[in-house]
This record gives sequence, C-alpha cells and structure tokens, in this order.
Amino acid sequence: MTGECIVGVSVPRKEGRDKVTGQAQYVDDMTLPDMLYGATVRSQVPRGKIRKITFGPGIAWNEFVVVAAKDIPGKNVIALIADDQPCLADEVVNHAEEPILLLAHPDRHLLPQAVDAVSIEYDRLPAVFTMEESENHSEIIWGADNTFKTYRVEKGDVDGVWEKADYIVEGEYRTGAQEQLYIENNGMIASFDPQQGITVWGSLQCPYYVHKALMALCNLAADKVRVVQMETGGAFGGKEEYPSMIAAHAALLAIKCGRPVKIIYDRTEDMAATTKRHPSRTRHRTAVSKDGKILGGEIEFTVDGGAYLTLSPVVLSRGTIHAGGAYYWPNVRITAKAVATNAPPHGAFRGFGAPQSLFALERHMDRIAHVVGLSPVEIRKRNFLQPGQMTTTEQMVREPINMEHLLDRALQLSDYQAKKQRFAKENEISTSRKGMGIAAFLHGAGFTGSGERNLGAVVGVEGCSDGSVRVLVSSTEFGQGTKTVLCQIAAETLGLPYENVEIAQADTKEVPNSGPTVASRTVMVVGKLVQSAALGIRQALIASGLLGDSYSAEEFRSACRSQVALHGQFRSWARYEAPADVFWDDDKYRGEAYAAFAWAVYVAEVTVDLTTYSVSVDDFVALQEVGKVLHPVLARGQIAGGIAQGIGYTLYEKVVWQNGRMQNGQMTNYIMPTSADLPPMRVFFEEMGNIHGAFGAKGIGELPMDGPAPAILNAVEDALKVRFDSIPLLPEDIFEALMVNREPHAAGGVR
Amino acid sequence: MRSNPTNYQLVAPDSLQAVLSLLAAEPDGWLPIAGGTDVMVQYAAGKLPAQRLVSIWNLPELRHIEVLADEIRIGAGCTYTDLREHDLVQREFSLLARAAAWTGGIANQNRGTLGGNIVNASPAADSLPALLAYEAELILVSVRGERRVSYKDFHTGYKKTKLASDELIRTVCLARRFSGYLAYARKVGARNAQAVSKVCIAALGRRPGGVVEDVRIALGSVAPVPLRLAETERVATGKPIDPLLLVLARETAIAEIQPIDDIRSTANYRAEVVGNLVAEFLEKLGADEYHT
Amino acid sequence: MTESFSSEDRALGEVSFTVNGELKTVHVYPMERLLDTLRHQLGLTGAKEGCGEGECGSCAVLLNGALVNSCLVPVLQAQDADVVTIEGLAAGPQLDRLQEAFLRCGGAQCGICTPGMILAAHHLLHRKPDPTMEEIREGLSGNLCRCTGYIQIFEAVAEAARRRTTS
Repeated sequence: MTGECIVGVSVPRKEGRDKVTGQAQYVDDMTLPDMLYGATVRSQVPRGKIRKITFGPGIAWNEFVVVAAKDIPGKNVIALIADDQPCLADEVVNHAEEPILLLAHPDRHLLPQAVDAVSIEYDRLPAVFTMEESENHSEIIWGADNTFKTYRVEKGDVDGVWEKADYIVEGEYRTGAQEQLYIENNGMIASFDPQQGITVWGSLQCPYYVHKALMALCNLAADKVRVVQMETGGAFGGKEEYPSMIAAHAALLAIKCGRPVKIIYDRTEDMAATTKRHPSRTRHRTAVSKDGKILGGEIEFTVDGGAYLTLSPVVLSRGTIHAGGAYYWPNVRITAKAVATNAPPHGAFRGFGAPQSLFALERHMDRIAHVVGLSPVEIRKRNFLQPGQMTTTEQMVREPINMEHLLDRALQLSDYQAKKQRFAKENEISTSRKGMGIAAFLHGAGFTGSGERNLGAVVGVEGCSDGSVRVLVSSTEFGQGTKTVLCQIAAETLGLPYENVEIAQADTKEVPNSGPTVASRTVMVVGKLVQSAALGIRQALIASGLLGDSYSAEEFRSACRSQVALHGQFRSWARYEAPADVFWDDDKYRGEAYAAFAWAVYVAEVTVDLTTYSVSVDDFVALQEVGKVLHPVLARGQIAGGIAQGIGYTLYEKVVWQNGRMQNGQMTNYIMPTSADLPPMRVFFEEMGNIHGAFGAKGIGELPMDGPAPAILNAVEDALKVRFDSIPLLPEDIFEALMVNREPHAAGGVR
Repeated sequence: MRSNPTNYQLVAPDSLQAVLSLLAAEPDGWLPIAGGTDVMVQYAAGKLPAQRLVSIWNLPELRHIEVLADEIRIGAGCTYTDLREHDLVQREFSLLARAAAWTGGIANQNRGTLGGNIVNASPAADSLPALLAYEAELILVSVRGERRVSYKDFHTGYKKTKLASDELIRTVCLARRFSGYLAYARKVGARNAQAVSKVCIAALGRRPGGVVEDVRIALGSVAPVPLRLAETERVATGKPIDPLLLVLARETAIAEIQPIDDIRSTANYRAEVVGNLVAEFLEKLGADEYHT
Repeated sequence: MTESFSSEDRALGEVSFTVNGELKTVHVYPMERLLDTLRHQLGLTGAKEGCGEGECGSCAVLLNGALVNSCLVPVLQAQDADVVTIEGLAAGPQLDRLQEAFLRCGGAQCGICTPGMILAAHHLLHRKPDPTMEEIREGLSGNLCRCTGYIQIFEAVAEAARRRTTS
C-alpha cells in the first residue's frame, strides 16, 4: 500500500488538463457525419388552444425535417414524476416558449428564419402569472385547484402556544426566480439506428433521467436507449431535468429523418425557455417568550412551480424540511404548497427550495431579535438546535454540533462586533452606510427521507486488464469535481496511487445507475458506495489468492491483470442500503429527513452607497462544518462559487417577466456578478466526521447557496435601519423604500 | 446566432478614400462597421437591418492620435484601449480615459471605437458625456470634402445624428484647456463592469475666487440623447458653493432630464441619482483645492 | 481610385490569417463570425459560444496580440492577422505557466470559461507582468465565470505572475 494520503489532499483534477488546453469536448464541439441541426418552434402565448399552424412563404420547406406531437412513437410526455408535461404541445399550450414543433436542416443558418416563418394562431385562454392569482382559483390552469403538491409538518401543539407568548412576530418574505446561467447553453446530439436504437450525447447531470424519459417517449426498451454525458459547462440543477426535454426533441428529429441531429440553444432561448429557481413566498408567525425563546410557530411556504409539475414536489419538500433551519422548534406547523402558473416550469437550482425557506427564516430571526430587544447573535444562540434535540421533522440531532461555537468563530473571523460598533458611529457622518449581517443554517445532504432507499443506487468498480482501476457511476462531472473525488476515494480505499484510478465516462451503456448528480449526494452517498465497491475488488483479489493483505501498487496491478486474464471482466458492485435506524414517514412528513446535515454560519459586510443606492459586499466570511474535506481546493471552490451565485441571487439577478415570459434573456440584461463585483470570500471549514459519508464527508455543493441572501439583507438592514424582505434587492428598491421615509423635494421633470 | 452570413456582404477597402467613394456611390447602401461591438451584437440577434457592410476597422487615416499645442485630434477609429493607453488623454482628458475604462471589458475595449460610440448614438453610450463636457468638435469627411462641426448638437434625436449618409467621422478634436479644472465622472450601472449605464455623468468646472466658473455637466441615459444640463450650469455659474446652491442645482438638474422606465431601471431612480451626482460634483468642486 | 463592388462580392471569398503560428486560408462568407470560422472550419473548438453578444468572454482569442471576443469579429477583418487561440498557448506537451497555475489553484471547474479566461490572463500578464489583485480583477472583468466565484482564478493568475518573474 502506498501509505500516502490522497483523501484530504488537493490532487490534480482528473479532466483538468483537457480543460485548460481547450481539448475538453462539450456537445457543441462534436460533429457526426451527415448531421443535421435542429430548432424548436415555441408558443408565443402563455395559455391557449392551438387553432392553426401555417408554414409561411420564402422557405424551402421540403428541405426541412418537421416533427409534431403526432410523430411521437411512444407517449407524448417527458417522464419525470407526473406525466403532465408534454414533449410537444398538441392542442393546448400552457406557457410561453412551450415547444410545439421541431425543425431540422443540414444548414444551421437557415433555421432561425424557418422558425420565424411558422405562424401559429391561438384561441387565447386567461393566464395566471402569480402565486396569489393561482391561489385564488379564479382561473384553474392545472388539476382541480392549481396545486401541484402540499405538505404539512406538525410537531407538538402549535395552537396552544399563542396564549403563552410574550411576543407574536409575523413576517412575509419573498424570493424571485433565478436563472442558473451555466456558461454553456443546453445542447444535445441524437442518433437513431433501427437496430441499436437511440443514442444521445449531451450536456447533462442525470443520464438515467434522460434514459427513462426517452424510453417512454420513443417506446424503446432499456437496452435500445443510450445516453452519454459530454463535458458539461456548468449545470447547477439547470441540467437536471431539462435535458430530458431537449434530448427528446433531438431524438424525435433523428428518428424521423434517420440522420444524427444536433440541437444547441442560444442564450436567449436557453434563458427564456428552460427552468429557473422557484419563486417563493414564506409567511412566518412565531410565538416567542420574553427571553427570546421560540415557543412555536406557523410557517406557510409556497413556491411557484410554473406550468407543469416537473420536480416541484421535491423542491417543495426540501424547502419545507429546511423551513425551521438550525433552530429548536418545540411546536411548529409548516404548511407548504407548490402552485401552478403559466410560466415555463421552474426547476432544480442548487439549494432546491432550501435557499428560499432559509432566506425567510434567517430574515425572520433578525425580526424576532428586533421585537424582543435582543441582538441577532443572542437570539440565535438562545434557539440553536442542540445535540439530542429534534428538528422540525423530529429527526434527532445525533452529532456533537455546536452552533454557538460556529457562530462565535464566524463573528471573530469577520471582526463582527468591532465593525458593527465602528459602523454605527461612521454611518452618522458618511454618504454611505455600512452594516454587518449573519445567517446561521444547515443543509441536508442526499435525497430526502426515503429517496435514497427508493432509488437504490448502484456503483461499480472495475479492475481492468492493464491493472488500473476504473470507477463506474452515473454521477457526472460538471465542475464540482465528481471525477476527481470519486477517484480519490477509490484510490485511498485501495491504498493505490491516485494516478492508478480512472473513472468511466457517464454512458448508460457502460455505467450503472448510481442516481442523479443532485442533492449534494455524490460524495456522501455515491462516494460511500465507491468505497464499498472498491473494497469488493480488493476482497475478490485476496480471496482468489492473487493478493496479500498488504501489497504494493505494482502487486495490485499485477493481481488485477491476472484476475482479468483468468476470469474475464472483473467488476464489483455496491448497492445503497438504507441504515437500519433511519425512518421516514412520507405521509406525516416526519422522521429522519437526511442522513447528514452540514452546518454553517455566514457573515456579510456591506456598504450601501447613498448616492446610487447600490449595495456592495465588502467582505464575506463563510464558516461551515462539513464532516470531512476530501479535497481542499475543490471544497473551497464549491463554497466560493456558491456564495457568488448567492450574491447574484440577492443583489443582481432579476428575471423581468411580462405575460409569463422572461424579457431580459440576454447576458447584457440579466445581471450576473463579474470579477469586479465580488468580495474576497473567506472560506473556513470544520470537520467532525460523519458515519454515513465516504471518509466522513458530508455533501457541500448546495450549502453555500443558503447563506448569502439572508446574511446580506440582514447587513443592509443593519446599515440602513430599513427592512427589506424580498430578493433580488436592487438599488431601485432601496431608493423607493428610502423615499417613503424622506420629505419630498421638488419632483421637477420626473415622470 | 440568428443571422445567415450568406445574406450579408462585407467589403474592406484599404483606404479611407475608397470607403468614401463607396458611400457616395450608394448613399445609405452600406453600413460602416468598425470594431463591431455594436453591429455584431445586432447581427447575432437577427436584428441588423443593413445587409451590406463596409469595414472601416483599422484604417490608418482613422486610427491615430495627433497632439497639437492647443488641441488633441483623436481619430474616430481609435479604440477605447488606444485612448486608455495614450499618455496625454490620461493626463488632460481624464473624463474620456475613464469612460473608455468602464466601457465593456478589455476585449471590447480593444475593438470598440470612439467614432462607433458616437455614430451608434445610444443615449447610454459611455464616452459621449465626456465629449459634451469637453465641447468636442468633429471633423466629418466625405468625397465632398471635410467639415468641422461642434459636437454639441450632433445628436438630433434618439439614435439620430447630423452625419450625412455619405459621411464618416474622421477626427474628434478636444481643446487642451482643462488643466486646473475639476474633472468628475461617474457611471452608475447594474454592476461594476460590463454594464449598460443607468446614469452616466461627466463634469468639469473651476472655482476661482470662490465662485463657480465654466461649469459643464453632461449626462447619459437620462434623455433620448446625451445632454448638457444648460440650465443647471447657468444657475451654478458665478455662485459660491453652499447648501442652497446644492439644493437648487439638484432640483434644476432633475427638471432638465427626461428619464424613462426601461428594462434596466426606473425614471424615478435615475432622476434621484442624477440629483445626487450633480450635488456630489458641486460638493467636490467646493473643496478647497479648487479655490484657485 | 474608385473600387466597384458587384454582386459577386456576396459570394464565398478567401480569407487568410495565421492561427497559432500556421497560415490558414479559409473559404468563407465575409460576415461569418471569426468564432464560427475557428470552430467549424479550422476545428479549433477551444473558443466557446456562451452568449453571442460579447458579454461572457468565453469566445476570447488574441487578434494581433489584442484580446478580442471572436463572436463579434467578422472573419474578413481577420485578413492577414495573427490569431492565437487556447490551443496555441502551450508549445507542445509542456503547459504554459498559466495553464499549470489554473490546474494547481482550482481556476477551472466546469472549464467552459477557461480558454477565454486563460487568454485574458495571458493578455494581462503580457502587459502587466506583476499585477496587483485589483488589476487582475479588472483585467478579467470581461470574462464571466459561474462556477468559481473568481477567487481561485485570481490566485492562479497571481501565482503564474510570480513564477514568471522568478524564472
């Protein structure tokens, strides 16, 4: 065995060299012989019946492949949770940008004009654009009552707390849609062969989601559908479910014409037509004692799911379970619902419901502090979950987490107290106002509740004929370091050099279904299975007598080679088994929601410029307990990148809607932070291990998304002494709020 | 990419004279394209009405900077990078150097040109308020010869200029007389880099003997054209800078502009910020170092 | 001299330029974007299309030594130019200092912005061999990265700068 440590070391990224030399192959870098290009004709109205489709003049239509709903061999559905989302709209459309027809042609330059030349007439139907409109049922656009899903969590006796309360604190908090804005747009190539079936190559997170969707759509058996992930230029959830749609489109065109078809979206189409983060509204009503303890509360959490169900129940679920955050609620009632509107369906985006409900909670904690007359620090300390206590879903906190310590350390790292005092003085005499804000939170890793058990992830590790080891998973790399970390885990487990371990391309023909690359589960859940499967090949070699209990790397290689020579393909499998003591009740929404939580405290320092009303984040401290840091550079990169997206979510990224369609679908108008806009982010880790994850690691990919928004808005309130409860918070919003508090001077030419 | 290259013609004559002959032969028949940072964006979006383009990129007659005793002559084909890197522009025309520095990122600064910025005539264009503040003069050129015009009324309406259909801007001339002036410039955008401005200000002024003299306040993004706040300048001239003047100047400025609500911002916000920036400029002018 | 331009000028023409040290001649429509010529005609797919509007910088290349967004350059304007793409940065199997630094410091996550980002950093270091953090920030402000939050990119550039000056 090598004896050297691999886990915990920042080993080179497996695919790094290809990325820095421009050799990495993303889907648009690939061309197949005889390939056509595809494009999508989309609805221009948010809701209506399709009355007539006309193929306009000036286009050589006979040169185009045209696909409509009637060409679908199987079910006209993108299979996910419910079967409500069509692949192509047939008689009705339920959102702007909904796909109706597909076109393909060998010359990609002819497509935009052809798409424009298809004119569609609609009998419009009244459309619903807000959660409130959806709730009041004046127009039913989905199901019986516009409601995709509801959850109800009850703990203790909420109704009995109000009369005991010294304070009752209420608040309403809102978050807007957010575009994932991966720098690589969605794209797919599909190829069809009557014998082999369908093969798709694309930018995606979840090969088996696409596989499942194509089976149903194309009416093909599992072994006649093959999905291959190409290098993927960012995803963040935006390529979790959507790729099934674009893969379906490419596949249908390929089936129709018998030639490969490539569909690549441009930025405007990608922004307008694909998924975004669910907008949310959270209402808190909390009973608090005079010494600042939460006695109980009601939390109403609502998300806007857009026009079809897609993943909304799961987003709602995570948001619901996180709604109580890192605090002890002796009594709580959480009522949650996902409602339908006539917008393109909202979908997965890093955090997946938790950033929404945690934003509300952490703003609300500051509000409680204000009402009770305690500091934001003190109110949190008095309510943090302690080991041995139960969360809102009655999950026992079993690990020795000490949130007070995390908070104290974050305050010290950010120089919180001294700065707060200094700012209070300086704010009186300056044209800018500075403030400090805190967010304390947790994030559950892995699928919720029975999710992992239901999935039953399978992982393989192979000993290859050349003596190297190969990891077989459907988990995908899209920047977060999947390939690197899973190879580290296998190498460390086997005591081999990192260079001796590779990982197969995520190709459903080659790899088992280890589940989607979501929910911060890859390192923790899949990594643990990689460990098991790796141990499996070692066990097999020892049992075969080819390897001793202790061995050198060369001996291992040799044993592997022999094993393959003697017995052929040499693979070991591991399947997920739910821990015996983990229970989750799907009906009551109670029990062990997640195998592990990561815990964090973030502190933001902001300046509000009173000349322009813009907020700059000057310093950002992010402290989190994550079990174990397997790769310091990757882990820090994940946190920094997540914070950057969180800052964008809070201060810059506004989706401008009109009639259910995004109006600012250009990089010029949808504002993402540049390098000139972000603070130095100071990232710190604590590690207390975790029995469930590989080498004690917990998932961290989504955690950093939860903290920035409330920390920043808490800081803005500290700076301005004006409350903001809605994001994104733009300078225009701050200006309007400050105007309300000021005496008017001559309005003059203002319109 | 929503345009089909086969539908477009682009020619690149190797001299200014050849370009001008082409423009004269077919007025409005050819759209000049320099660095392409505006035209190519429209083209990629499928929104470029012109289908025949003539490249004026890197023509030596347009891309040079000449320093004379009393003025600087900047070729309209100079890029923002050319402006940023020119010693005299940095020292004596800081409003322009700063505007160049906050236009796009480095890659777009290497291609975007001063002439293109003027002729594209977006009211949000970054360098135009600086040119107004410096009271630039433009030398326009065609087969018919040259004419020198004041930049002051060059913009006649939203995205319209006085340029004739066969003309190009050849040179932007700035008088070298602003040492000792306070130069104040600020761009307010949605982020710190690569932002279309919500409000953009370029201002100059002096305060000899304690009273405001020769003040120029120019703004972008608050009217269909970039504009000088003539009335605000008038009420400030000859006055000492005190709280009363700041209030008066703020109110006058807000009354002179016509901001709108659009995809980037609101009229009310823009108006308020204009007032704040004008006040900030005058406050800076009121600081001791300008009392000369 | 008056040149006349006829309808033949609408047709495919020849444009020649040097790419990564090699002279190339392509048959193109003059308004084809340099980005598309590089990717489709010359097989140099390192430059990426992220936005098509010159905002993201993932299409950045060096044109006569200047960083430009190739999605905004009509290929005709590259006539006789010297173009450098990410593929041309490393001379042979030995990586450029910036590429090594990006690997060491975690400057590349999903990698889609990386070619443009490395060229922007290369362009910066060529002009400012010892940049401050502020200058690095400004020099890369035209290249958007959605994955890293930029800090490990800045650190990579700073490290490459240090290595440049110590060798």
